[in-house]
Formats: sequence, structure tokens, C-alpha cells
Amino acid sequence: MSTSLNSKYAALQFKNRLYYLLLAAGGLVLLAALYSVHMMESHGHIITGMNNQIVWGVPHVFAIFLIVAASGVLNVASIGSVFGKAIYKARAPLASLLSIAMLAGGLAVLMLDLGRPDRFMLPAFNFNVTSVFAWNVVLYSGLFGLVVAYLWTMMEKRMNVWTKSVGLAVFAWRFILTTGTGLIFAFLTARQAYGSAILPPMFIVLSFAWGMAVFHMVQTVMYAWNDKVLDPAIMERKKHLLGVFVLASLYMVAVYHMTNLYFAHKTGFEHFILKDGGVYPTLFWWGYVVLGNIVPLILIYLPGLGSKISALAASLTVVLGGFAFLYVFIIGGQAYPLDIFPGFQVSSTFGDGQIASYTPSVYEILLGLGGLAIAFIITTVSVRVLNFMPHDKPYIAD
Amino acid sequence: MNDIHNQRRSFLKTSLGVAAVTVAPGLLLFDVAHGKSEAVSSKVRWGMLIDTTNCADGCHDCVTACNKENGLSGGLAPTDSQWIRKIEIKDVSAGRSFALPMMCQHCEEPPCVDVCPTGASFKRADGIVLVDKHRCIGCRYCMMACPYKARSFVHEPLHNQNPDVPRGKGTVESCTLCVHRIDAGKQPACAEACPNKSILFGDLNDRNSEIAKKLRTVASVQVRSDLGLNPGIHYQGI
Repeated sequence: MSTSLNSKYAALQFKNRLYYLLLAAGGLVLLAALYSVHMMESHGHIITGMNNQIVWGVPHVFAIFLIVAASGVLNVASIGSVFGKAIYKARAPLASLLSIAMLAGGLAVLMLDLGRPDRFMLPAFNFNVTSVFAWNVVLYSGLFGLVVAYLWTMMEKRMNVWTKSVGLAVFAWRFILTTGTGLIFAFLTARQAYGSAILPPMFIVLSFAWGMAVFHMVQTVMYAWNDKVLDPAIMERKKHLLGVFVLASLYMVAVYHMTNLYFAHKTGFEHFILKDGGVYPTLFWWGYVVLGNIVPLILIYLPGLGSKISALAASLTVVLGGFAFLYVFIIGGQAYPLDIFPGFQVSSTFGDGQIASYTPSVYEILLGLGGLAIAFIITTVSVRVLNFMPHDKPYIAD
Repeated sequence: MNDIHNQRRSFLKTSLGVAAVTVAPGLLLFDVAHGKSEAVSSKVRWGMLIDTTNCADGCHDCVTACNKENGLSGGLAPTDSQWIRKIEIKDVSAGRSFALPMMCQHCEEPPCVDVCPTGASFKRADGIVLVDKHRCIGCRYCMMACPYKARSFVHEPLHNQNPDVPRGKGTVESCTLCVHRIDAGKQPACAEACPNKSILFGDLNDRNSEIAKKLRTVASVQVRSDLGLNPGIHYQGI
């Protein structure tokens, strides 16, 4: 055996071991999450940081990020199948896989955080038509089924004729799904942080940015793993699309806060979340605005910074910014006291008139990470056993 | 032949005896639990009129009575259930302070019922908003939706429950208006315990009831009436 063959064999063997190591690491995180679920089951939610004031915590931050990104990542597929762009079409299977993986992770976290996770099938049999949560049960499982069908039409040659129509259905379904996710908060009329019609479109635009960022990260790792170089022209286009999505989502978030600032009954909340609320303004300005928007925009648009690494870094910061945004939106939104008696100063033994405090416990953080682990394991195993590597034509058609 | 007849007779006797012993305690228990065979009627709408001008500062008798009646610990940690609480209210511009008890407002259009994915949150025909503990999955969406922060989530295992008021770890709960007492023809525990008789309980739909008469004669408000939920709890003196 020649030396070059030997070194190639050694590299393959190393990759093989690394693959199993990564899988084991993902499995370990998942095991830790299952242990947390067991602990929460036996001791109750008392071992989490959540309470009667902050009823949704870190698990919901992870779950909602994964679900929103699962919808947004399908943008790549939609641009291919609905608008017929070849370089996106080549990436539609990978985008669909990531969607399924993140949806599975997000839903698992959401279900395992329930007070009674053993009853998770109950909404299917006792469906309350007025509940947006119940609608979402249909929307999430429907997307799951549709994306599986979409993948089938793409990966099975005989089914290729159906790709466009199923792709169109996926396109419509995910818009409705993210609208549903936004509506969970938009329907909360009494809370100052929520109850706004802008939330569904805001979540749709946020999903574009988060999904694109996740897609770009996975694609970069896959190309590096397979010793391939992504066509610079393709990377340039993807990078700019991410830039547009980041700008659009920042615009939506700005409008959401501006409208709140204009309504006198919501200005107190805005001052809290943007200025006086301690950890929340810090996370909003430094975590979301600077790390999640300014830094990636610089990395994308500053001349001379067009490398693979800066595009990867931009995607990573968008994802981290997304988590910061959701932490502020979900937990900060509940920390601000509910205004039951507008215009009066109130106090009680149940936190009325006081900022609620929240410190996430290790159990709920592990549960959230478990969702990421599920998405990671599904993706890692699938890209190894099936052909999800994008196959670009020798020329860019559009 | 006679032998077979005798055997059959004694078998039937024993079977009847066993059946009676099995069924009788059930029937007796049903009676003990004050189970009513007739359904509640929407002709009735239970409600309260709370006179805040009479609600004494520092008095927590309604809270204590509620805790005792419903088997709540009375703990004040953020994870403890509080079905009723006293809110101290200060009108800064007028320099006036007062206090009032706040609990589930038993809305006619309850947001908790709208958002509940399984229908565990429901409104009885007589206007009482309840949680079916067997259906609640513990998603806490109702807690997010309630404009009065009236609901609590059971964060830890429960012991020594009141058999009349079943509760469950991992489910959401709130004031039941002491539905078990109402069904037995009694008043809610808080109304009975108030030393100043500040909580008037009754049928809002009955024009001749004391509460309906008083609502016609005194100025009262429903909290966050701007939301259009038409709560069954009215307050006087806010």
C-alpha cells in the first residue's frame, strides 16, 4: 500500500471515529435531558426555576427556537421548488431534513416540559377548536408528515413529478405554522408584552433568518467533512440572503417595540425590557441587537470579510442572537408584572406589582439542550446514511 | 335432583349477597359525597359582590378559610398555590389606599377556556370556571392567558388532600368558587369567613336575590371590564 493511500485510510478511520464520538456526545446530552425529565416527573416543576409568575422558562426558549427555525429552514427548499432556483433545489433535501430534525427536537422539549407529559396524546382526543395550542398540534404534526412526503418525492425518482406540488403545500403550510406560533403570544390580550398583531409576521421573518443561519452552519460543516469547497458564487448568494433576512427581522422587532412605546399602557413594559430591567435589556441590546444583528451584518457586508469562516461566524451569531431574543421575549415578557389595576400601585403575596425573578435550573437547561441533541442526532445519522449532500450542476442556471 | 336445586339456591343467595355488599357502599358513598343526580342549570349564574370599603386592612380571613377548605398549604413561595390573595391598592394621585381579595373572576368569556388545548379548562352551565384535573396536561397556557393571574400550577407532590377538592401535581388549579359547597347548598368558604360580610355571594340571574338587588343599587365595577370578559365577580368601592 502506498504512503498516500495509507494516509487517506488513516484520515478515513479518524473521521469514522470522530463520527461515533460526536454521536456519543449527542447521545450523552440526550441521556442527561432524559434524566432531567425523570427528575421533573418525580419531584415536580419545583426543581426548575419556573414558578407561578414565570410559567414558561428556558425549555420554551429552546423549543420555540427549534420550531421557528424548523419552519424557516424550509425557505431554502421553497425557493427551489416554488420559485425554481436550481442552487436552492439542490439543497431542498438537506433543508427538509433539518426541518424534521429541529421540529422533532422542539416538540420533544415542549412535550417533556408539560406538567403531565404522560397525557401528551390528550389534545388529539379532546380537541378544543378555540385553542391556538390545539391548532398548533395539527400544524406541527401536519408539517412533519408533509415534509416527509416532500423528501420522498425528491429522493425517489418515480415520485419526482410530485415534488413541485408537495413543495407548494409545504410552502403554504409552514407560513400558517409560524403564524400559529406567533399567535400563541398574539392572543394573550391582557399581557403588555404580547397581544399584538405584528407577532405572527415577526415570527415568520425571524424564522427566515434563524433557519437560514442553521442551514448555513450545517452546510459548511458538511462540505468541510467531505473535503468539498462550496462554490464561492453560491456562498455569496446565501450569505447575502442571510443578510437580507437579518435586516428584515431587525426591522420587524424594531416596529414591534416602537408600536409598544407609542401605546401609553405599554411604555412601562418597554422601559423595563429596553432600559431598566437588568438582565433583559442587557440580553436584548448586547445579545440580540449587537451579537445577533450588528456583528453578522458586519461579517456579511464588510468588504474583505467574505471568507467561509466569517459566513459561518455570522450564522452562529444569528443563532445565538435568536436565543437571546427569545429569552427576553418569553421570560422578560412574563417578568414584568401583569397590570390588573391600570393606574394604581399594587402589592400582594402573589407578586402583584413586582418584577418576577427567575433563575433557570440545571434540569431545565439540560432539557432544552436535549432538544438540540435530538436535532443533532437525527441530522448526523441521516446525512451519513442517506445522500443529503447538495449536488450542484457545473453551472449556475439562475 | 333436590341436591342440585339446593346448590343452585344457595349459589343464587350468595351471589345476591355479594352483589349487595359490592354495590351498597358505592351508593352510600355517592350520598355521602353529596352527589346530585340533576345537572346544573344555566338559569343560574353564580357571582359575588365584594365591598372593598369594608375589606379590613391586614385581615386575611378569606385567604385562610380558602386554604383550609381546599387543602392548600398557605405557603407564600412563588411556587405555592394561592387561589385567593389580598391585593393592597394605592391610588397615588388621590392618596387613597384600599385592599381587596382577588381570585378567579369566573368570566362569562373566560380566556383560559378559549386557550386550553384539551378543554380541561371549562365553564359550568352555572358560570363556574373549573379545571378538569384528569384532562389538564399542565401546559400552563391558561396561566399566560388569565388577565387576573388567578391560576396556580401544582409544582410538587401533594399530601393530605381534602377528598372534596381533588388536586394534582403537574396540573393547573384555581378558585372553584367552592363548587362542592355550592352544590351542597352552602356558600363559598371565603364569603362565609369574612368577618365584615364584605363578600356577598349569590345568583346574578335571579332578580330577587340579594346580590342582584344590591348590584342594582350600588356602584360596582368588574376588574379589567375593558377586556369584555364579563366576570362574575363585581367590586364595590374601587
